[in-house]
Amino acid sequence: MTYAWHWEVFLQPAASGDSTYLGWMLAGLRITLALSLSAWVMALVLGALMGVLRTVPSRLWSGLAAAYVELFRNVPLLVQLFIWYFVLPELLPAAWGDAYKQMDPFAQQFVAALVCLGFFTSARVCEQVRSGINSLPPGQRNAGLALGLTLPQTYRYVMLPMALRLVVPPLTSEFLNVFKNSAVASTIGLLELAAQGRQLVDYTAQPYESFIAVTVFYMLINVVVMAAMHRVEQKVRVPGYIGGK
Amino acid sequence: MGYDFDWSSIPGALPFLWDGMKVTLEITLTAIAVGIVWGTLLAMMRLSAVPVLSWFAAGYINLFRSIPLLMVLLWFFLIVPRLLEGLLGFAPGSDMRLSSAMVGFALFESAYYAEIIRAGIQSVPKGQVAAAFALGMSYSEAMRLVVLPQAFRNMVPLLLTQAIILFQDTSLVYVSALADFFGAAYKVGDRDGRLVELLLFAGAVYFIICYSASLLVRYFRKRMGA
Repeated sequence: MTYAWHWEVFLQPAASGDSTYLGWMLAGLRITLALSLSAWVMALVLGALMGVLRTVPSRLWSGLAAAYVELFRNVPLLVQLFIWYFVLPELLPAAWGDAYKQMDPFAQQFVAALVCLGFFTSARVCEQVRSGINSLPPGQRNAGLALGLTLPQTYRYVMLPMALRLVVPPLTSEFLNVFKNSAVASTIGLLELAAQGRQLVDYTAQPYESFIAVTVFYMLINVVVMAAMHRVEQKVRVPGYIGGK
Repeated sequence: MGYDFDWSSIPGALPFLWDGMKVTLEITLTAIAVGIVWGTLLAMMRLSAVPVLSWFAAGYINLFRSIPLLMVLLWFFLIVPRLLEGLLGFAPGSDMRLSSAMVGFALFESAYYAEIIRAGIQSVPKGQVAAAFALGMSYSEAMRLVVLPQAFRNMVPLLLTQAIILFQDTSLVYVSALADFFGAAYKVGDRDGRLVELLLFAGAVYFIICYSASLLVRYFRKRMGA
């Protein structure tokens, strides 16, 4: 088997004329990063909120939060993405649906992928936050209440400052998952990293180089995220706990 | 709220959807079976005292865990068949999508199973291994008769949870246009102009199956804790 390797193909001008194939690849990388990071912020905020609700004494609120988690955990990501992208605009009030469909196609894809990844990941963050809160000794909550703090104050000043620091290590793998899951957005046509890799196969007829490059980019993202989270972990770890000082 | 639901295309499509579900289950079960066997071997290599073996296993596991499943599947749909055509002289264009999907999923899932199994093996107290050696067992006997049976008992809930995730992930074979359950639902919806209904139906089916399975896992967990 003889395959002609042409790594210099990345430096050739791309079919669009205004960039090289490496430029396409980097444009895809930028979209992957923008999508994943914004979905991660959304997931953290929603997930922390839902995680708190999961642990409140009110049956109604904790039940609703549990249903939320089950809903987003038991439907495949791809199906969720297609529902956000194809189904929801039809079911929204006509004016909203039309407004969405008149948006630039890239914006439509990006918004659908962002909302989808954000909700999907938030259900997982929620479970981590819940187990972080539940791992606190019950005396902390009782002490807060005994001091005359209201329940929201107890969460705000006593439990969450501890719990959120404890959940940083398990959240690392969820953070890594956001980047990997963002590749699913290529199925609705968003030109992120994986989609650019596929496009390059068609345009350059150098499949191995394109795929190896995309794979290496994903591995690089992984390494960078792990290093960054390691530093965050060291900053926030709680003295006296396992892994603490 | 102007959408008129019309569910009438679903009853007639049920046999086709069931064929799709069979493909989904076929891929899932193969990947679980191969994944557990290859994953166990990888876990044992990872824990092995022979540096070459543990490096190989660590490299394999980290590689597969750091790239998206979708990328792995694209490798197996677009690149590996060409490679095989070149190496083994398969007829170009022969349809290898189903076998590619199975191999791709099995290799990918093995990396995840290997980490679960490694944790399971490490959860068995060291004294058990020492006791087995003291009784004169060889390494393979100690593993097979003492360590792995206990490790697998501890791992059942995690392995099942991973199987549920795998079942959901098989929908990604959509990228090869292979008609698994989701692919079939999409095709019917696309053909009849009823994508909204078919996608919601597919979502509901996945939800019911996965939620029931997760209740089963919870039951196992409770029974084991008792």
